[in-house]
Amino acid sequence: MLLVLVRRVGNMVPTLAAVIALIFVLFSVIPGSFMSGLGDDGRTMDPAVMERMRKEMGLDQPLLERFVKYAGATLVGDLGTSFRTREPVTKLIAGRLWPSLKLTMAAMLVAMAIGIPLGFVAALRPGSLVDTVSMVGAVSGLSLPKFWLGLLLMYFFALQLKWLPSFGYGDGGLTHLILPAIALGVSPLALLARTTRAAVLDVLNADFVRTARSKGMSERRVVTWHVMRNALVLVVTTVGLQFGSLMGQAVVVEKLFSWPGLGSLLVDSVFQRDIPAVQGCILVFVLFFLVINTLVDLAYVAIDPRIRYG
Amino acid sequence: MTGPLLKVENLRIALQGDGVTFNAVENVSFEIGRGEAFGLVGESGCGKSITALSVMGLLRRPLSLGGGRIVLDGEEIQNASAAEMRRLRGKRVAMIFQEPMTALNPLSPVGRQIAEMFVLHQGANWRDAMDRAEEALRQVRVPSPERRIRDYPHQLSGGMRQRVMIAIALACGPDLLIADEPTTALDVTVQAEIIDLMAELCAAKGTAILMISHDLGLVANMCRRVAVMYAGRIIESQVADAIFAAPSHPYTRGLIDSLPRLGERAKRGRQRLTEISGVVPSIQAYPAGCRFNPRCHAVTEICRTTAPEATSLPADGVVRCHHHG
Amino acid sequence: MRLGANTWIGGGLFAVALAVAVTAPWIALTDPVMDANLLNAELPPSREFPFGTDAQGRDIYSRVVYGAQISLTVGVVSQIANSIIGVTLGLTAGYWGGWWDDFVNGLTNVMLAIPSLIFALAIMAILGPGLVSLLIALGLTNWSYSCRIARAQALSLKSQGYVQAARILGYGPFRIMFTQLLPNMLGPIIVIATLGMGGTILAEAALSFLGLGIRPPFPSWGSMLSDARETIAVAPWVSIFPGLAIFLTVLGLNLLGDGLRDIFDPQATTRRA
Repeated sequence: MLLVLVRRVGNMVPTLAAVIALIFVLFSVIPGSFMSGLGDDGRTMDPAVMERMRKEMGLDQPLLERFVKYAGATLVGDLGTSFRTREPVTKLIAGRLWPSLKLTMAAMLVAMAIGIPLGFVAALRPGSLVDTVSMVGAVSGLSLPKFWLGLLLMYFFALQLKWLPSFGYGDGGLTHLILPAIALGVSPLALLARTTRAAVLDVLNADFVRTARSKGMSERRVVTWHVMRNALVLVVTTVGLQFGSLMGQAVVVEKLFSWPGLGSLLVDSVFQRDIPAVQGCILVFVLFFLVINTLVDLAYVAIDPRIRYG
Repeated sequence: MTGPLLKVENLRIALQGDGVTFNAVENVSFEIGRGEAFGLVGESGCGKSITALSVMGLLRRPLSLGGGRIVLDGEEIQNASAAEMRRLRGKRVAMIFQEPMTALNPLSPVGRQIAEMFVLHQGANWRDAMDRAEEALRQVRVPSPERRIRDYPHQLSGGMRQRVMIAIALACGPDLLIADEPTTALDVTVQAEIIDLMAELCAAKGTAILMISHDLGLVANMCRRVAVMYAGRIIESQVADAIFAAPSHPYTRGLIDSLPRLGERAKRGRQRLTEISGVVPSIQAYPAGCRFNPRCHAVTEICRTTAPEATSLPADGVVRCHHHG
Repeated sequence: MRLGANTWIGGGLFAVALAVAVTAPWIALTDPVMDANLLNAELPPSREFPFGTDAQGRDIYSRVVYGAQISLTVGVVSQIANSIIGVTLGLTAGYWGGWWDDFVNGLTNVMLAIPSLIFALAIMAILGPGLVSLLIALGLTNWSYSCRIARAQALSLKSQGYVQAARILGYGPFRIMFTQLLPNMLGPIIVIATLGMGGTILAEAALSFLGLGIRPPFPSWGSMLSDARETIAVAPWVSIFPGLAIFLTVLGLNLLGDGLRDIFDPQATTRRA
């Protein structure tokens, strides 16, 4: 079991290394990439200023040296210094991490609380009105642009009905969290509903469910004990993967609601050409995704005895 | 109570297609006495499995019971409610299936799956039930049962899993055990063991067996009476010895002839396997008249137009053929 | 082969969107960029302005119609690029195996580890906003799914008899891959491309909304929504119609993709039972 754990964590490493290399290549190597960007708003920079900045950022050193420096620093948690605020990037990110996590978790909670039961009910009554409506709703939920949904929610609940605040983090309380969480949560909700429905249908038609029925078990017990457990094994994977990518997808919702998270930091940094901050944010998103994936893998091992005693 | 344990009369099973209904099984009648071993034989697709499922009330969409009577121990059950059927299942009628790997819950230890029967039907608590599960495993001759009860299905071999299934089915001493192709998925060497085990346990407990198989030889060895199904109908039913010695229906004769046999010709290396030409018709395309007519060597005009009636044979036998004998 | 409701409704919606994009110059009422009259700012829907006007006094209906051109072009072209890259990489990786396969697998893992929106954002950050950068960025983000599928298909198909036969006949590897293997895996690839197109349209909208894609005053559905944010309190119609356009187009593509999946892969259980 421990061996499995070590192996799974070990799998993360090459991918993470490759991502670090890719980020480095994208931002530091492409000739003049951000230098030309610096003059984006029509101004061209004074050559002397540009030269000074180059020296300052260590761009006049050979490539490999720069990469080694960068990788080394990253591994010890030094993500560089922000161009904009002159603070360590790590500090910038740390301040924004919790709001993003909070939003992502709230959205995932909404998605699971509604999506999974919905998928269940739809699978237990295939072809019924409930099933059709749920699935049509699900495909619609997947087609909605998150920021449009956010705008509509903002309009109705914040501006018209004045029930909820329309933007910002507020005091960190629940009222500010609700609208962004819903806007972000609708699409994982839809995906979970569909996946749960498929998983439950799969299991309902499985042989061992027929055996359970032939034992004289009540349908209710068959569903709760046999069907649910087996279907949830499949659903857990989806939940995990969705959660991993959700923080990345939150970028637009964060910007719309002026939510002070990692996503809005990334966008602001891009506009301000704050390259170290951009690199740092991307790295954190990827790390989050990889860690969650590994956790899902491990959860799978814990749940499914076929893998445990395989 | 006198009379047969199970009596099936004119059973019809309907298959709902796109706006049309087909009769997957029709006019099926047979009886099984208390403690008797009865065999139902036929090729894949002839309807024998769904006949068994209908006795258990386990038919699901698009299949449904279209007509006929099913009488268990004097009580008519074809229109029984779901709750009533549930009370019968496991307790009075039990079933084991063909694929033991997929028939057991992969996430639950096998001991628990057996113990479930005692908890469900006899109100036992889990600890007692697990003890009794261990005893049940011993009865089906699984070695080291005290360790096996904690194993998961994927850790056992095919033969062991089928023994677990038998243990589950016989746990509460049912009157009837329905076995749907229980050995088809197993190795040949294991098949005989499983059949012997079933026969022995059922004889000891007085449990009747409805043995379903495509293997006429296997069924004739184990069962006192045998019925042969083709394309949803029973075309012949006789005492096992008689069916082998004097098959009345051309299809039965074909089945027997196609069994590879050790004999004079085989020893001389000159045995050719005879086959029945043609293929089993699909439900949507059952031929008119006698359904076997496209493949029958004794076919005449009447076979193509009129379905043959049941003709009595000695010792409660039955055959449906215009040219039997 | 019965085409289900999904295919018809989805195909219909998408066809309408395509038709609007193609006929934009004829069905629009005004020039989407130039016809801006501040006196007409933020008017509700009326006969003159079917969808109302925005903060600059431009007709939203015309902008939505022209926006279809931009948004759909980006969506379709990017997805085609994605599919080409993904299928080429996956097909060759599955067929050849060896170090190339390892390399492609590693690359795919890296791409899958980076959330696609973030990656597109990063590329846009480097290239700067604009149509071409958008096409490049989106064209490079979603190829991993096509790649995985193409690779799996190549692996399972390459041991088929007709492939062996082709090899014996002296067909070169590229000829085998593109004439023998590719036609047999088109089904799932088309399904992924259709569903992926919905994704690229949403991604373009998101990037333009953030200001990193199509910049104002050009009318992409996403950039129209970023303008809308300021005016939402007084002129909600500015937000409703462009978003509705995105929603209906993507819905059409999703339904179409689902319908196609039912045709090409009947074992998929996301269908109704």
